[in-house]
Amino acid sequence: MAGAANYQKYKSDGSRLGDLTEWVDARFPLTSTWRAHLSEYYAPKNFNFWYYFGSLAFLVLVLQLVTGIFLTMHYKPDASLNSAGVPVAFAAVEYIMRDVPWGWLIRYLHSTGASAFFIAVYLHMFRALLYGSYRKPRELIWIFGVFIYLCLMAEAFAGYLLPWGQMSYWGAQVIINLFSAIPLIGPELTVWIRGDYVVGDATLNRMFSFHVVAIPLVLIGIVAVHVAALHEVGSNNPDGIEIKKKKDERGIPLDGIPFHPYYTVKDIFGVMVFLIFFSIIVFFAPELGGYFLEFNNFIPADPLVTPQHIAPVWYFTPFYSILRANTVNFFWVDAKLWGVIFMGLGVMAFFFLPWLDRSPVKSIRYRGPLYKGALAIFVVAFLILGYLGMLPPTPGRTIVAQVCTVLYFLFFLLMPIYSRLDRCTPEPERVRWK
Amino acid sequence: MKATAMRTFRAVVCATALAPLGVLAAGAELHLDRAPDRSGDTAALQHGAKLFINYCLNCHGASFMRYNRLRDIGLTEEQIKGSLLFTADKTGEPMRTALRREEAKRWFGAAPPDLSIIARARASEFGSGADWLYTYLRGFYRDESRPTGWNNSVFANVGMPHVLWELQGGRSFQVEQVRARSGKGPTGYEKVVATYDEEGRRTEKVEPLAGADHGEGARTDFGPARGGKLDQAEYDAAVADLVGFLVFMGEPVAGWRKQLGIYVLIALGVLAVLSYALKREYWKDVH
Repeated sequence: MAGAANYQKYKSDGSRLGDLTEWVDARFPLTSTWRAHLSEYYAPKNFNFWYYFGSLAFLVLVLQLVTGIFLTMHYKPDASLNSAGVPVAFAAVEYIMRDVPWGWLIRYLHSTGASAFFIAVYLHMFRALLYGSYRKPRELIWIFGVFIYLCLMAEAFAGYLLPWGQMSYWGAQVIINLFSAIPLIGPELTVWIRGDYVVGDATLNRMFSFHVVAIPLVLIGIVAVHVAALHEVGSNNPDGIEIKKKKDERGIPLDGIPFHPYYTVKDIFGVMVFLIFFSIIVFFAPELGGYFLEFNNFIPADPLVTPQHIAPVWYFTPFYSILRANTVNFFWVDAKLWGVIFMGLGVMAFFFLPWLDRSPVKSIRYRGPLYKGALAIFVVAFLILGYLGMLPPTPGRTIVAQVCTVLYFLFFLLMPIYSRLDRCTPEPERVRWK
Repeated sequence: MKATAMRTFRAVVCATALAPLGVLAAGAELHLDRAPDRSGDTAALQHGAKLFINYCLNCHGASFMRYNRLRDIGLTEEQIKGSLLFTADKTGEPMRTALRREEAKRWFGAAPPDLSIIARARASEFGSGADWLYTYLRGFYRDESRPTGWNNSVFANVGMPHVLWELQGGRSFQVEQVRARSGKGPTGYEKVVATYDEEGRRTEKVEPLAGADHGEGARTDFGPARGGKLDQAEYDAAVADLVGFLVFMGEPVAGWRKQLGIYVLIALGVLAVLSYALKREYWKDVH
């Protein structure tokens, strides 16, 4: 815990509450933790819109955990058919929707929360790209963050199988089959992952176990580490300068304000605005036109009927596009394996950002046109890849996806060059308000 | 300097964003008629429930839908017990079908799907699930080449016969298709008109089209219905009621969900204003 040892233990003022606090403090770092992480954690005063998404992602994590606990009470991971010929798992979700008091709300909060989690995390990551939040000394915060993102993808994948609809089933089939592209061990590996020769009851049960126990446990751990690392070095800000360089006589950063109450009240406002948008979807468009809940997933999983078009949920589609964009067998290696490799590299590339970026400044405010252009191209390419990943492929779309895949990787590969060549402007001494 | 950078930024965004639009627009079209909205219209939904129980429940189940949920569309426990409870003993039981799955598979080639959430499952980029069902149930025509004697303009070679036939009656059907000429001979386009008469007999006329530039596509047309209990407008309205009920059954809580949503948004709006005021108050001394 950051600097907990530097704080004095709480001395009672003689009141009941004071006595209790002193008693606890003698046995547990309560006051010091509160101070180190909230009331005396100094955050830059110039956070803007983009700085809401960290706390919002945390809020959605809590929401997913709480709604998930209640869903688990009523859900049954069972692929066998009930007397009406419907898989038990599929029927369990409809049972939650109809017969469990407020079950529909809990389920929609959870299904909308999954997408909201990715929206918050993508915007949170984009914030880091804008203001260079991954740069020294915040490399570990960033790496822990990318691990959170990876965990989140695994969590979403496992969770998506549970409703046991057609998209759940065939999406899992497609994704798990990707491992079969790995030379030598591939086919055996897929059987090991599924626990069967096809996606089946064994797969459903292990994904349930991963989704409700294993991955959340890891996720909470990495989130704790992510925040601990952040509070050790302190937050970056839209100017990308270190507020700890300018301190007053008490050692408090001149441009810092205590996280509590300033950012707690500000984030509460952010939470309210977020909840308004979130509720519009939950209460008025929980399927969001098939993007948050795919229409095909209202059909129970049927191993004998392959849907015409299998598309993952929107948050995976950029990487799905990269996978499909690899259509050439190259160097005696199968196109499918290239697809898997590039899809993996597409995610892994984020890990290397802190060392790829050679700019003398962190924030986009003081960077030159090269980085601004590169980031714009990257974002647009990512969005187009995401859009294409939802559509069935055509020759024209494949070419667009290939161009965007190249642009996606060039953002990372050329970063050491364009970030150094860029005409940057000098950073200010103190943070600015705008 | 800043302005130039911004301009480059914008130009790049625009160029990359607009370039692929041409390639993105493609794909087969499925034309669906828009289903009239029956949500909240209890008389129509009750009529739809009656049609569902009389015509659909013989073969299809609705295993997630309990009979007593029909109270949500204004029916009383007595009404449900008295005139709708055919396949169960208690109103708390789900709407099961009398048909056994193995038998259904033997008779129709596939067990008829459970209809509890069919209105949600049939949604697509071409229209809502209600649109699909509304078009499908009005799209049957006689086809003597099919085992049941029926075919459908939306769901080709469907295993289901036209169970609402006594209401709609029989119709002739015509599908006009423009397609690229196949086989030997000069390349070009041709128009194929296939007609099914009221007995389901098929006749086909092929005529070559002049010119090289024709959009491929199909147009369907039905003749007037004869011999049904309802006229066309009445039949369409009855199907709309039935589809309205299927939509209700797909998510019985939908009405309450939207109503509650209004209250939630009002509450959150108030809280957003209050929390903004609180934030302003705290931040007064941050300069």
